[in-house]
Amino acid sequence: MESAPKGLNEDIIRFISAKKSEPEWLLEWRLKAYRQWKTMKEPKWPNVSYPEINYQDVIYYAAPKQKAKPKNLEDVDPELLKTFEKLGISLTEQKRLTGVAVDAVLDSVSVATTFKEKLAELGIIFCSFSEAVQEHPELVKKYLGSVVPMNDNYFAALNSAVFSDGSFCYIPKGVRCPMELSTYFRINAANTGQFERTLIVADEGSYVSYLEGCTAPQRDENQLHAAVVEIYAMKNAHVKYSTVQNWFPGDKEGKGGIYNFVTKRALCFGDHSKVSWTQVETGSAITWKYPSCVLKGDYSSGEFYSVAVTNNYQQADTGTKMIHIGKHTKSRIVSKGISAGHSQNSYRGQVHIMKRAEHARNFSQCDSLLMGDKCGAHTFPYIDVENNSGKVEHEATTSKIGEDQIFYCLQRGIDEESAVALIVNGYAKEVLNQLPMEFAVEAQKLLALTLEGSVG
Amino acid sequence: MLTIKNLHAKIEDNEILKGLNLEVNAGEVHAIMGPNGSGKSTLASVLAGREEFEVTEGEITYQGKNLLELEPEERAREGVFLAFQYPVEIPGVSTINFMKTAVNQVRESRGQEPLDAVSFLSMMKEKMKLVEIDQSLLNRSLNEGFSGGEKKRNEIFQMAMLEPKLAILDETDSGLDIDALRIVANGVNKLRTKNNAIIVVTHYQRLLEYIVPDFVHVLYKGKIVKSGTKELALELEAKGYDWIKDQVAVV
Ligand SMILES: Nc1ncnc2c1ncn2[C@@H]1O[C@H](COP(=O)(O)OP(=O)(O)OP(=O)(O)O)[C@@H](O)[C@H]1O
Ligand SMILES: [Mg+2]
Repeated sequence: MESAPKGLNEDIIRFISAKKSEPEWLLEWRLKAYRQWKTMKEPKWPNVSYPEINYQDVIYYAAPKQKAKPKNLEDVDPELLKTFEKLGISLTEQKRLTGVAVDAVLDSVSVATTFKEKLAELGIIFCSFSEAVQEHPELVKKYLGSVVPMNDNYFAALNSAVFSDGSFCYIPKGVRCPMELSTYFRINAANTGQFERTLIVADEGSYVSYLEGCTAPQRDENQLHAAVVEIYAMKNAHVKYSTVQNWFPGDKEGKGGIYNFVTKRALCFGDHSKVSWTQVETGSAITWKYPSCVLKGDYSSGEFYSVAVTNNYQQADTGTKMIHIGKHTKSRIVSKGISAGHSQNSYRGQVHIMKRAEHARNFSQCDSLLMGDKCGAHTFPYIDVENNSGKVEHEATTSKIGEDQIFYCLQRGIDEESAVALIVNGYAKEVLNQLPMEFAVEAQKLLALTLEGSVG
Repeated sequence: MLTIKNLHAKIEDNEILKGLNLEVNAGEVHAIMGPNGSGKSTLASVLAGREEFEVTEGEITYQGKNLLELEPEERAREGVFLAFQYPVEIPGVSTINFMKTAVNQVRESRGQEPLDAVSFLSMMKEKMKLVEIDQSLLNRSLNEGFSGGEKKRNEIFQMAMLEPKLAILDETDSGLDIDALRIVANGVNKLRTKNNAIIVVTHYQRLLEYIVPDFVHVLYKGKIVKSGTKELALELEAKGYDWIKDQVAVV
């Protein structure tokens, strides 16, 4: 393991930048972000509470030891592969079974990008962020920060200063990416923060479905994860971005776990562009995350499908923002919260129809499912309409998992854990259906696992 | 197969079953009738293992085992099936998916391999025919938006899939139209063998014309107060329950 000393200052940023042999402009960009971050305050409005984070007590760069850069899976350190295998997400398996192209980010560094050559034939660029900086600097320079400006918010600024790696993806004009692209994140080293950055640029008329999975091993200390995902969609482009987030949530008493502060935003820049976010959030001690769409192009549309599960002492404040700027823009929000144990689960969503946005439409459905009586579910919808030619609909329900439903399952010979899994997966079906097949199966198992032992 | 002795059960301090005795042998069909609120569904719930009902006295032996010691899912895996008077809705879960889970968990408990998709499908097709149920119904969310009759038919479909040893049908006939009643009853008859037993809870003699019982019992105020053969059902149909209530009052 190769890592930077703890703490954050301009030297550390220079260290990271130097490690990656970055061009001068990127170092300057990082330093500028850092200077802005220093003037900013951590947001206190989310409905979560946690002890003060000491940002000087975090390691901002850690790289697994690698001899040479791997070209394909066979060149990857077998120890690393074993780690993946243990997680049940084996790259070899994924490669074999699904033909998914995977970019895996372990701690801070990207270790393997599969199927690169095959994609290159179509002109698709799919590589680690560091590689993109070296090989496609003009694209990175043009789009980095174009959707999430470096000073957008506290965590985005921090990420902009110290991001270590991530994925970059460019789909050229008119190309339909023939396979799911997938990034896999994992924090391994103790006391390490992870700050990856994903940038997806979909050129006119292109299509891509992108998957992101994450895990972290159990640790007593809290670990910091502040990622940024930017999606730039041009005219007629369609991007589907799916996440299954399974960071370590802390133990049953609420000790340890990941602090997950993530900024995800898509800019539907071109007319008729479309971006769909699908997320299944089961992990993290604290989740602060609002995948959003800025609907700038006329007739552009944004979707947000979310299942957020909290158990034990987890806290989630998650939702979306749909900013309607263009005419005839459309957005759809389906949020399914599930709270168990002593957890707190909040949906926070903003729908903003701006003045210019003639005939904009939004539909929001926010459901909460409660298990037990010590948990909480909260809904904070913010609706802001400056143009009345459109239509905004909001529906919300809260329900409890029924004794009757569980007993009905038991009576058919189904055990309680499976009964809960069945009921919960049924409840979340509309969202799970949005996921690519193999991911949906994974997500269903995760839901069951997260809720294990939470009834009775 | 099933022996119930002096069963007392209560819910929230209300004693509902007050010393109930019943003996059911393999191959038999027993009908239980009785006025509303007499405890028929309570008996079914106690047999199925619903936690809310507390058994305060008495014993239930099922296939030589103390039934009361088994968890509800264990009872089901041992072959106890309850067709609910009010089947429960589970949004987002299709009957097919539900049954796949159930059948495979029951198999697993018996040390059998789970059924592969093809075998499951062919088993399902066969059982669908038995109760003349349409696959489109089975693809929908379990019981959600089903009509009363569809729910009942779905219960019998599930019974067919799980092939229970002891099936308790709680007012499966209510809500069925005349054709459906015949279809469901025929389905049940086809599931009737020398090795299994069925307890039919009903208010109407009409069902018993199709599913002919070996015994008819009258449950009243938490006890079986009268037992007889299928003629008793006819008598009840003609005379109502007052004469039985009077008899009980005299005793
Ligand atoms: N949760 C409960 N709390 C209190 N009383 C209950 C509860 N559940 C059932 N009971 C009572 O127990 C009694 C027996 O109910 P049960 O459902 O067993 O009757 P039944 O014979 O099945 O009637 P029906 O023919 O109307 O279906 C009724 O008086 C009912 O009100
Ligand atoms: Mg009843």
